[in-house]
Amino acid sequence: MYPLSFSIAHALPETILAVGALLLILVGAIRGEKSAPLVAELAIGLLTLALVVIFIGAKTTATVFDGAFIDDQFARYMKALVLIGSIVTLILSRDFLRRENIDQFEFPVLVMLSTLGMLMLTSANSLISLYLGLELMSLALYVVASFHRDNLKASEAGLKYFVLGALSSGMLLYGASLIYGYAGSVSFPGIAAALKSGPAIGVVFGLVFLLAGLAFKMSTVPFHMWTPDVYEGAPTPVTAFFASAPKMAAVAITLRTVMVAFPNITHEWRQIVMFISVASMALGSFAAIGQTNIKRLMAYSSIGHMGFALVGLAAANAAGVEGVAIYLAIYLVTTLGVFAAIVAMRVQGRSVENISDLAGLSRTDGWMAFFMAMLMFSLAGIPPMAGFFAKYYAFLAAVQAGLTPLAVIGVLLSTVAAFYYLRIVKVMYFDEAAPAFDRAPFAVRAVCAVATALVFCFWVYPAPIVEAATNAARAFF
Amino acid sequence: MPGFLEQYLALVIFAALSAVIAIALLVAPFLLAYKSPDTEKLSAYECGFEAFDDARMKFDIRFYLVSLLFIIFDLEVAFLFPWAVAFHDVGWLGFWSMMVFLGVLTIGFVYEWKKGALEWD
Repeated sequence: MYPLSFSIAHALPETILAVGALLLILVGAIRGEKSAPLVAELAIGLLTLALVVIFIGAKTTATVFDGAFIDDQFARYMKALVLIGSIVTLILSRDFLRRENIDQFEFPVLVMLSTLGMLMLTSANSLISLYLGLELMSLALYVVASFHRDNLKASEAGLKYFVLGALSSGMLLYGASLIYGYAGSVSFPGIAAALKSGPAIGVVFGLVFLLAGLAFKMSTVPFHMWTPDVYEGAPTPVTAFFASAPKMAAVAITLRTVMVAFPNITHEWRQIVMFISVASMALGSFAAIGQTNIKRLMAYSSIGHMGFALVGLAAANAAGVEGVAIYLAIYLVTTLGVFAAIVAMRVQGRSVENISDLAGLSRTDGWMAFFMAMLMFSLAGIPPMAGFFAKYYAFLAAVQAGLTPLAVIGVLLSTVAAFYYLRIVKVMYFDEAAPAFDRAPFAVRAVCAVATALVFCFWVYPAPIVEAATNAARAFF
Repeated sequence: MPGFLEQYLALVIFAALSAVIAIALLVAPFLLAYKSPDTEKLSAYECGFEAFDDARMKFDIRFYLVSLLFIIFDLEVAFLFPWAVAFHDVGWLGFWSMMVFLGVLTIGFVYEWKKGALEWD
């Protein structure tokens, strides 16, 4: 039993966010509606502080709070990604919320609380802390999905997300109770110890339900059906949030669960992960072709990308974990850049979201068109953009693990997906010009430019990300 | 592990038995009861009158707010009781954990008060 201060020191980013969010609620409640800009700036500051703490904090591995919470390299890597997603979301949301007249101080606080849940989820080392983190993350997400509450589509998005999210939580809890019943432990190492002699049928049942619940949070097939509607209905910065930070946390906890709790029944969970992966890649590639709304298209695109990331997980080796970590980092940067460009899509003060609205963007706003085109190339996986290397590392791990057919399917489906990414480039560069967009605020253009620069320069200097991912993978092997 | 599960055998028998009885009672009327429906029997019935309006009417959101607030504080008390009973055993860590919990709850209460959720008009 460690002293409490030791536990708090290893959960310092979480502590900062928890205390900070509570204080910001008080600030907002006492100062009233006009405090929204102040609260948003403070929230960005606190999230950045948490990110800095992760970078300069202890580099050791420690299990604290009676084994419920683990602080290791992998957790810190994924937490950094989650925090970057949340910070950029808040930066993108400032101008958007003000223009839509929904600039309330609750928004940054909810994003912070949701981020707190994601950090807890990333560090969860038992089924109980997994569920607590998951619910803290999701409950705040349900609310921000319908933050534009006078908008019919946003309300629908929030309600759908909530009802289906409750269903997935139910499945996850059912699976967790089965696992606990048959393994006799809620802690991940305890479950692994109970499974030394091979799989018990009850545990495998529980594992299936648990993975179903987690697949819902990752929005992978067959638990993806909420994604397009929610992405379309939610305000655009919120969609950017959904597509970035929660996915990082959901993949991180899925990876940790199967790697730490079920390393002895790899054969069982690998089948599930492979099915989810192939189905997601296929649906993401084919279903996005017919979309006309860019947010729906990005929803299907995100489903497909989760499938690609899971190819690395199916490999179930150190290279696979490294591949997933690299994939997520690159996916995060690219997605945030694309959503910055979507937030910038406003014509005469009104936000538009059809692909046809992008027509001829190269002539009305050459730089935005260039950023968007580069990010689309990256999503399609065309070298030398970062997206190519992301897929390379994931598929390489699968081949090394003897899953060549999976990698081949992945490569084939990524060429199908390239069609709709390239179509956007074609619409922007070769179609008759649609009405020009309003000039986007500096912060939004900056996010887009920085994302493009990072995606563009990855091949020049990939060492920081690759090294960090290798260290992260070492947490399991 | 089998010994652990056998402790629950009585519960399984109980659940199975109650399921059989409940299903039997539900199914029996369909098989045994005497049926002669007519329009009066099948029509909607509201204290002897025709139904006045749709049963799915809109409620004021404030009813939900009040009931939610009630549930939160009701559960808080339910949580405080075992803590108070075990006060000697939980020590300072237990004491401060509960204080943190109450602090979080109080901040939520301040928020809803300032937002005007407690005002009826």
